Amino acid sequence: MWENIKTFASEFFVTGDPLIYGADVSIALTLVAIVFALTYFKKWQWLWKEWITTVDHKKIGIMYILCSILMLFRGGVDALLMRTQLAMPDMQFLNAEHYNAIFTTHGVIMILFMAMPFMFGLFNIMVPLQIGARDVAFPFLNSLSFWLFFWGAMLFNMSFVIGGSPDAGWLAYPPLSGIDHSPGVGQNFYIWGIQISGIGSLMTGINFVVTILKMRTPGMKLMRMPMFTWSALSSCLTIMLAFPILTVTLAMLFIDRFAGGHFFTLDGGGNPMMYINLIWMWGHPEVYIVVLPAFGVFSEIFATFSKKKLFGYTSMVLAMMSIAIFSFFTWAHHFFTMGSGANVNAFFAVTTMLIAIPTGVKIFNWLFTMYKGKITFETPMLWAISFIPCFVIGGMTGVMLSVAPADFQFHNSYFLIAHFHQVLIGGVVFGFFAGLYYWWPKMFGFRLNERIGKWAFWFWNIGFYVCFMPQYGLGLMGMTRRVNEYDWSQGWDMGWMPLNIVSTVGAFLMGIGFIFQVWQIAYSIKNHKRDVNGDPWNGRTLEWSLPSPAPVYNFATLPKIQEVDSWWEEKERIKAGKPTPQAPLEPIHMPDNSAIPFIQSLFWFIAGFGFVFNWMFFAIPGLIGVAVTMIVRSFQKDEGYYIPVDEIKKTEASTRGAG
Amino acid sequence: MAHHTAAQTAHHHSHEEEHESLKTMGFWMFLITDVILFSVLFATFIVLRGNFNGGPGPHELFQMPGVIAETFILLTSSFTCGLALLSLNAGKVKGVIGWLAVTGILGIAFLTLEITEFVHMVHEGATISTSAFLTAFYTLVGTHGLHVTIGIVWMTGLLIQLKRNGLNAKTKRKVNNLSLYWHFLDIIWIFVFSFVYLMGVM
Ligand code: HEM
Ligand SMILES: [Cu+2]
Repeated sequence: MWENIKTFASEFFVTGDPLIYGADVSIALTLVAIVFALTYFKKWQWLWKEWITTVDHKKIGIMYILCSILMLFRGGVDALLMRTQLAMPDMQFLNAEHYNAIFTTHGVIMILFMAMPFMFGLFNIMVPLQIGARDVAFPFLNSLSFWLFFWGAMLFNMSFVIGGSPDAGWLAYPPLSGIDHSPGVGQNFYIWGIQISGIGSLMTGINFVVTILKMRTPGMKLMRMPMFTWSALSSCLTIMLAFPILTVTLAMLFIDRFAGGHFFTLDGGGNPMMYINLIWMWGHPEVYIVVLPAFGVFSEIFATFSKKKLFGYTSMVLAMMSIAIFSFFTWAHHFFTMGSGANVNAFFAVTTMLIAIPTGVKIFNWLFTMYKGKITFETPMLWAISFIPCFVIGGMTGVMLSVAPADFQFHNSYFLIAHFHQVLIGGVVFGFFAGLYYWWPKMFGFRLNERIGKWAFWFWNIGFYVCFMPQYGLGLMGMTRRVNEYDWSQGWDMGWMPLNIVSTVGAFLMGIGFIFQVWQIAYSIKNHKRDVNGDPWNGRTLEWSLPSPAPVYNFATLPKIQEVDSWWEEKERIKAGKPTPQAPLEPIHMPDNSAIPFIQSLFWFIAGFGFVFNWMFFAIPGLIGVAVTMIVRSFQKDEGYYIPVDEIKKTEASTRGAG
Repeated sequence: MAHHTAAQTAHHHSHEEEHESLKTMGFWMFLITDVILFSVLFATFIVLRGNFNGGPGPHELFQMPGVIAETFILLTSSFTCGLALLSLNAGKVKGVIGWLAVTGILGIAFLTLEITEFVHMVHEGATISTSAFLTAFYTLVGTHGLHVTIGIVWMTGLLIQLKRNGLNAKTKRKVNNLSLYWHFLDIIWIFVFSFVYLMGVM
């Protein structure tokens, strides 16, 4: 009996590595501390009522961003561990297996559990405010999406201490990810963690498409929407078309592993190349899904901090939409070397190069927006400006990679690693940081400290170039990705050491930048001036017409829109003494909170956990729980409630102060 | 709110209708994603359909009379679902309930035939792990079957709600969406029938 328990535990828990024991202890301590703090300060009810069961898009957005920053921390620690191992030849820090697991979890976490939720957080908080809506189209579904993401991410992250991490790369190519070559549970964690949160993402995509198409305030025609909202629309349409491919592909991989299927196996007539095609038919659009909203953020920031209208509004919209469409026709550039033949490669090389055109248009539009503008250099603008050179270089190396014959040289080398980090960090991460700094006052009612923010900015930026520029060189020198050792272990000196040392230093500089950001937030929470008028940057779009933070119902009366940058124009009219007259107040209908999203997602988690370990006594009750909660929901009345006019008046008076 | 004024009630109605129309649009969006889901399954089936791995192929496995019966049943159920919608537009709850019930029963008949077919095939030794062809076959046809099952559960719940609450904005929207879903599954089945069964035995 005792022996059985011991064997079980040694398989169930990841053992044998001091790093992991350290992590076990710190996770346990953190959990105890959280439970203690919640109990001590009597915050359980607050947590449940105000956050867990909320359907308010603004709160859901904040929860997304909070989780995303935690995931950035975990993904960042993974990155630093890898860079430490690679700093010198023959480091004895991470062995090959551990290294494999870490680059896999780093990649998955950064893209799916950091970039995606950060983006959803910004959508949630800002899209309804920008279009003059009181919530998203489906508030209940919105909360469900969040909790699916949350529990999916939990499931994935658990693999670190329970059962073992996936280690077949962030896209888990078979046959390596198949049951023969990855018999452990790590790959199952991969499948279920991503599947559960992916369903949430798909629903968010639908939710925001409907919200943007149907819930705009009177007068806001499509071509009057703020650019960030346009970017959200293009991104969400892409989600709708791309995520079902991911869902099916993961399901097929699961059928292969779980039921002995032969979709992607080497025997039985399966076809592993099909997986690689399918996963990139989702994967390439996925990178545009995360970068388009970053473009949207930059468009807002360039216009606001140059005190000018965005240059080339229509061409921006067209560029964004054509990028969204083109992104579905470039997937094979990820495997030029896999022998698809010259014609296929030529086609995908050309489509890839074509995407550079709309991207170039956007870069010029941003430059022209700044041209002759009255530019000020607050932190959001700094991130936006630094994005331009970074993305231009990243884009150019991308075009180099798209030259199919040349890619035979670059493929899977550090040249590629440098390229995609340049567009992902310089584009996506900088973009979301910029968005967070820009909209922070709207979310919390005060600005973040500029001085510490500038330190963070410079550490991130200098760190970035120090880390990734040497990697282009390393790639050209022949260093391939996903290796944990180089040089003497192979018997000769490749000369890779100096550039690797530099690169690792750069990675740690970015780590310091992150610490500065955490400090900046903590410091600003303690020492800040309340932002009273709700419009700290002299903004142009509707969200700045509201008090900060916006009241639950967002808009006391729905504004009537006559042009792009309507708030800017309205401010001109107010100055001229001719404000647009407002409709009288009416009671506002709001949706009720619900515990079902949380509970249903928890059941998904239980089901996923069961499938990971092949424990049907978990999986089946989990699935039943999912079904029952769905049915319960269908039978609920869900009428919502009304906020009476008096209460609206009171709220408006207190949040808008005397003005 | 405890006390509704007349104005508030009118307000509530327009709000509710607006909300139901949002949900209908959301449902269309969901159907688009479902189309993509099935497209991927069809594409993989077409890639893998010749890979028998020495196991049985369509000629040995498919029993066309049963499949044709399934097709007729599902087509009929689509028709009865249409009749339910006609009653809905005429405002007749009884008609809606009756025709939906018939549709559900036909759906169950379809599923029974399908499951019998699968059981029969497994008895012949043609399991999901026999060959890539069969993996793709069971997954594609099974996913359609799963959709039908979900449709039947939905229908059952909706019948109860119709009995209890009659026709209102909410139940009307649900009947409309359910019928969209059911016709959609019918169209998918036509593709399954042609690409999987007909092309398989020809
Ligand atoms: C913060 C600074 C970052 C550093 C220092 C860093 C470093 C690294 C390193 C060392 C690798 C492994 C290279 C190899 O051995 O093949 C890697 C892989 C990867 N990184 Fe990062 N990274 C950072 C940020 C990011 C971000 C923000 C993203 C995405 C949004 C990202 C996405 C990826 C992906 C997808 C891989 C490939 C994983 C695989 O090979 O399966 N990284 N990164
Ligand atoms: Cu790509």
